[in-house]
Amino acid sequence: MNVLTDNFSTYGKGFLGTVELTVYASLLALALGFLMASFRVAPVASLRFFGTAWVTVLRNTPLTLLFFAVLLGLPRFGLVLPFQLFAVLALGCYTSAFICEALRSGINTVPRGQGEAARSLGMTFGQTLSAVVLPQAFRSVIAPVGSTLIALAKNSAIAGAFSVTELLGTYRTLSELGYNIIWTFVWIALGYLIITLTISALFHLMEKRWGVAR
Amino acid sequence: MAVDPLIELHDVNKYYGDLHVLKDINLTVGRGEVVVVIGPSGSGKSTLCRTVNRLETIQSGTIRLDGQPLPEEGKALAGLRAEVGMVFQAFNLFAHKTVLQNVSLAQMKVRSRKRPEADRRSRELLERVGLAEHADKLPAQLSGGQQQRVAIARALAMDPKALLFDEPTSALDPEMITEVLEVMQQLAREGMTMVVVTHEMGFARSAANRVVFMDGGRIVEDRTPEDFFSNPESDRAKDFLSKILKH
Ligand SMILES: Nc1ncnc2c1ncn2[C@@H]1O[C@H](COP(=O)(O)OP(=O)(O)O)[C@@H](O)[C@H]1O
Ligand SMILES: [Mg+2]
Repeated sequence: MNVLTDNFSTYGKGFLGTVELTVYASLLALALGFLMASFRVAPVASLRFFGTAWVTVLRNTPLTLLFFAVLLGLPRFGLVLPFQLFAVLALGCYTSAFICEALRSGINTVPRGQGEAARSLGMTFGQTLSAVVLPQAFRSVIAPVGSTLIALAKNSAIAGAFSVTELLGTYRTLSELGYNIIWTFVWIALGYLIITLTISALFHLMEKRWGVAR
Repeated sequence: MAVDPLIELHDVNKYYGDLHVLKDINLTVGRGEVVVVIGPSGSGKSTLCRTVNRLETIQSGTIRLDGQPLPEEGKALAGLRAEVGMVFQAFNLFAHKTVLQNVSLAQMKVRSRKRPEADRRSRELLERVGLAEHADKLPAQLSGGQQQRVAIARALAMDPKALLFDEPTSALDPEMITEVLEVMQQLAREGMTMVVVTHEMGFARSAANRVVFMDGGRIVEDRTPEDFFSNPESDRAKDFLSKILKH
């Protein structure tokens, strides 16, 4: 029962580790996902190919395998970074494939004529996408992007297995100290709940603000 | 005819996969000319319009605008499209922007006008199409006829050399057709170069310099409206006219 109060700083560190992983990996995933979605609808065939390959490979690779590939593979090529950064890379790239697909299906909900009208006025591909198509796609992608980021928060637990400080990993320290495993996990679960509910609330707010207005 | 050619299509062929949609199209539209394109559904009228501002690519032949071949892609292509306005059957106003923003957006993005200047020009044009008081509404709050007039103002805002209309009144209720046609008549009188796909024979008779009749991807007739309507040469055109003039 007093696992939490006795080990507040261990929990705190783990919680903060998970929050950090989630925030950084989310930012990376959003940026890359956005880029890849633009590639996938671009008028240039090589960009479309690259975007498709990116999504296909990352969506179909188990996340644990991706962690192994990044954490053990990249140092072989002389790229040595802190484990936390490797974890952010693995999580961010993996999730970007899902963000990309959410954005792309949002783009597909915007009638073709919208983009054609913009192009017929002389707007470039980038202008058409950013000023006409994406603002209209935005409202339909808020919810799926939210779910994807919630999945990311939970997936970040895998990083613990690669000695990155994060929430789930705290159970090892605590069980070694002989604390009741059930209560250890209850508090860990609560930690994840706080993070995922925060993300949910954030996206719920965004949906209220921008989702319905037309 | 001894006109100054603005749009020139030479031996243009277009395929969708195996489907041959435009067959050896030769067409010249002179500066200030109004050309009405008619023909049965599926004859390639929309495709013809869309190739002129390269919303569709062609497989062979050349298209020139003001003497210049159409650029392949990128900035140069965007530049060309700004010179040729297009008005669609489905209006295609930007659904998330107000009427004023619809008309101003491309002026700022493409013509690099500052917002006050763009908005001033937009209000002028909205005034011209009779919609000044609707500037702050969203497209969905307007009738079809009003939306199409905004779309015309939006195209005009780029100061295009020519305008393409693809069945601009086909999606409209009868009582709204006139308000759109009046705006188009006015443009024709002011000397705007226009290619108009339409089945509005009244417009063709009163505003067109030439009528182009298409069938099965070919231009079958290309003549003055008086000639065409009173004395069509091909059986296909006779047949087509008898069908649409009945109602
Ligand atoms: N995007 C497309 N893909 C495949 N076929 C098309 C496409 N657009 C039009 N077509 C076909 O090309 C032919 C000409 O179409 P269109 O130019 O729209 O004719 P119209 O405007 O005269 O009705 C039709 O047979 C139509 O089915
Ligand atoms: Mg058509």
